[in-house]
Amino acid sequence: MRSRIATVASLLIAAAVLSVLPFVISDYNVSLVARVGVFFIAVLGLDILTGYTGQISIGHGAFMAIGGYTTAVLSRDHDTNLIVTMLIAFAICFVVGLLVGLPALRLSGAYLALVTFALAVSVPLLPLKWSSFLGGRDGVQTSHEVSNLWLYGVAWAASAVLFVLAWLILRGRVGRAFRAVRDSEIAAVASGIELPVYKTLAFGISAAYAGVAGSLFVLANNGFAAPDEFGVVLSLQILIGAAVAGLGSLWGVLAGAAFVGLLPSVSSSVPVIGSTHGQDVVFGAAVILVMLLLPDGFAGLLTRIRRLARA
Amino acid sequence: MTALLELQDVEARYGPVHVLHGISLAVEEGSVVAVLGPNGAGKTTTLRAVSGTVRRAGRIRFAGRPLDRLGPAAVARLGVAHVPEGRGTFSELTVWENLRLGAYTRRGSIQPELERVFTYFPWLSDRRRQQAGTLSGGEQQMLALARAFVLRPRLLLLDEPSLGLAPVLVAELFRIVRELNEKEGLTVLLVEQNAHLALQAAVAGYVLEAGRVVLSGSSDELRADDSVRRSYLGY
Amino acid sequence: MVTAATSRLEGLRGGAGFPLVSLVLVACAAGLLVGSLRSATFAQLTVQGLALGAVYGILALALVLVYRATRVINFAQGELAMATTYIAYQLIQWGLSYWEAFVATLAIALVLGTVLELTLIRPVLHRSGIAAVIVTVGLFVLIDGIVNWIWGGDFKSMPSPFGTKIYHVGGVSIARLYVGMFVVVVVSALLVWVLFRFTKLGLGMRAAALRPAEAALVGVRVDWMLAVGWGLAALLGAVAGLMAEPSQFFLQPTLMQPILVYAFAAAVLGGLDSPAGALIGGLAIGVSLNLVVQYVPAISSELQEPFAFAVIIAVLLLKPSGLFGHQEVRRV
Repeated sequence: MRSRIATVASLLIAAAVLSVLPFVISDYNVSLVARVGVFFIAVLGLDILTGYTGQISIGHGAFMAIGGYTTAVLSRDHDTNLIVTMLIAFAICFVVGLLVGLPALRLSGAYLALVTFALAVSVPLLPLKWSSFLGGRDGVQTSHEVSNLWLYGVAWAASAVLFVLAWLILRGRVGRAFRAVRDSEIAAVASGIELPVYKTLAFGISAAYAGVAGSLFVLANNGFAAPDEFGVVLSLQILIGAAVAGLGSLWGVLAGAAFVGLLPSVSSSVPVIGSTHGQDVVFGAAVILVMLLLPDGFAGLLTRIRRLARA
Repeated sequence: MTALLELQDVEARYGPVHVLHGISLAVEEGSVVAVLGPNGAGKTTTLRAVSGTVRRAGRIRFAGRPLDRLGPAAVARLGVAHVPEGRGTFSELTVWENLRLGAYTRRGSIQPELERVFTYFPWLSDRRRQQAGTLSGGEQQMLALARAFVLRPRLLLLDEPSLGLAPVLVAELFRIVRELNEKEGLTVLLVEQNAHLALQAAVAGYVLEAGRVVLSGSSDELRADDSVRRSYLGY
Repeated sequence: MVTAATSRLEGLRGGAGFPLVSLVLVACAAGLLVGSLRSATFAQLTVQGLALGAVYGILALALVLVYRATRVINFAQGELAMATTYIAYQLIQWGLSYWEAFVATLAIALVLGTVLELTLIRPVLHRSGIAAVIVTVGLFVLIDGIVNWIWGGDFKSMPSPFGTKIYHVGGVSIARLYVGMFVVVVVSALLVWVLFRFTKLGLGMRAAALRPAEAALVGVRVDWMLAVGWGLAALLGAVAGLMAEPSQFFLQPTLMQPILVYAFAAAVLGGLDSPAGALIGGLAIGVSLNLVVQYVPAISSELQEPFAFAVIIAVLLLKPSGLFGHQEVRRV
């Protein structure tokens, strides 16, 4: 009971800080924190997949690309309300995720990792082929752009909604099934869990989250969707975010999202090695260091701290 | 004379589970010593503590040298061969490669060692190109023993050699172990469920229960002990 | 020797599917030969595809060695290869001849790969499977940054190792470059095979990768063997980088990125635990990409990578552990 109260209290504090924050920091910083919100959603989605069913995906950038192009194309052609495009992106990516999840059933471990990586490489190249509809290398521009404050509000509101949704999904029957799948597939089957259903479902949910993140990602990019924006690096960033996050911790996911959302911008002002390379050197070194020091991610660190506090 | 292998208050654990609670035993050079006990008593863990495949505390001395800080590869290099339960042959490699690995720590030609091993296991010579995984269970157990013996170990740790083997093969296996012991002076620390066989092969034995030595003595003494008779010999 | 060869083939066999796979391979080879005899363009594309495919294959072999040793997919393998190619470039700038620099670079790569495993991979390996992969992703970014920082992003040119000579074989022009690339790769792969197959070190490395616990019991220094496995992979990567560079005609930091993608595809196609499969997979991908882009109008060059992956996913759905891979036994 006490831990439940502590959880609710910490959630309220996080919500309060996030709602006050945009009014005290600069517009540029508002855009940065909004970006963290975008990554929060994507990392949360991957955390559901990896953390709760043990499946790995190095292809979530592909789902983000699909979500992002959904928003950009709908806005360009029909001037659809942007919030509505996010819901559509959620739905489309859910279906695509289910479709990807089906072949993924036959693959495990390293093979699944490489197939999803293939997705990350391939999907952003498709607009080059269907360039009249998807804009080719020139990309697609939404009908109008949004302010940083709008983006901040929508990104974090969406984060909150999707977080609660994830919590609702994971605390019930589905969550128990997911965890059983992660701990032992064979045992899960033996206890009557329909493995294909749940593994595919997890992929769908995870992809849908990435889709919404992709929509917001395009809006954060001044409403511009182009193949280069959704390169392999994006998929790797989400993977790194999830690894830094660790399993099943809100604060972990926040830390992971902040890590990939903020570190590159913050470190671009590194002296000596110059801006773009400095960014890479610092980011790469930071990733390695975090993994060496916290192999279970931020969530693992929190567990350790809690154990220490109790002892 | 001091023992070749000496354990003093050895403890071992797997994560939080304590398996050995202070085992002490000694194995004289040139002898065969058996470790008996029910499942979960810590017999296998005792062998693993010696070979360094489990984290352990306490004093382990082999030929006067402390082993308790060494890893498995270093222990093997001192001349301790461990044939683990379930054989531990490299089923993907050929018979010859398995034997070659047995002598991995030896420098120079291993041909003389192989010839010597083939006198005990003549059939291995004809099948050296065969993949070890295609051998029968009994043949794999023989191969594991042969591989351990190529090292020309001073001490052989033999874990449940009879497990899952037909009685004929078990008898053959123990005959070879005895022969190696008598002809080559090989020292053996043997873990075996089949107490009857074990006490026949050994000169002395230790009975383990719940990670502690509850009884020890010569094979004859143990055979005469009522509790050993009831629990392990079945008469 | 004959029996050794057969047992080698038996070792390659991935269950009952193997005869079918080899049949398909023989059919493909025959098809390529017939096509090459009938059309000079086809022949030239095939030769070029084989040379490029050999490069994909040797990088795939590096990935397979790492995977077999440590069950890690090394995302930094390509960048490591690129970085070692820059080292060769630097050595040549300092006055070494191409082949002196080549040999020196391979030695440096061997040490570099070993050290990376010992310092960055080893500490996380036993704690979490994903952490090691993330470390390699971090290495990818880090190496990229370091190379850009030291050498800059602009094109560098290296002397051509094989000259610009072109052979004419019955109407087909074959650049000496492609023959050279192919030969260097095949010889490197053969040397690695000999090392694994006929030396004590190789036997120890195989044992350590197959069954680390049992290998330690016979006195193999398992940690050390796995680290050397990484070093050897880095060495093969350096061969891939050095052979890729002349085919691209210049050196830049993105040299290996598309090649890594094809190498992944090759490794998956051949089976992640099959060295021979990686090489064959690389050749298959090199040749088929070259031919498909030329002869199938629907698949233009921007769709090369999606096409490669569509093929691989199709293969995996039929044979989830690749053409030559072993099905992993699942334990509860």
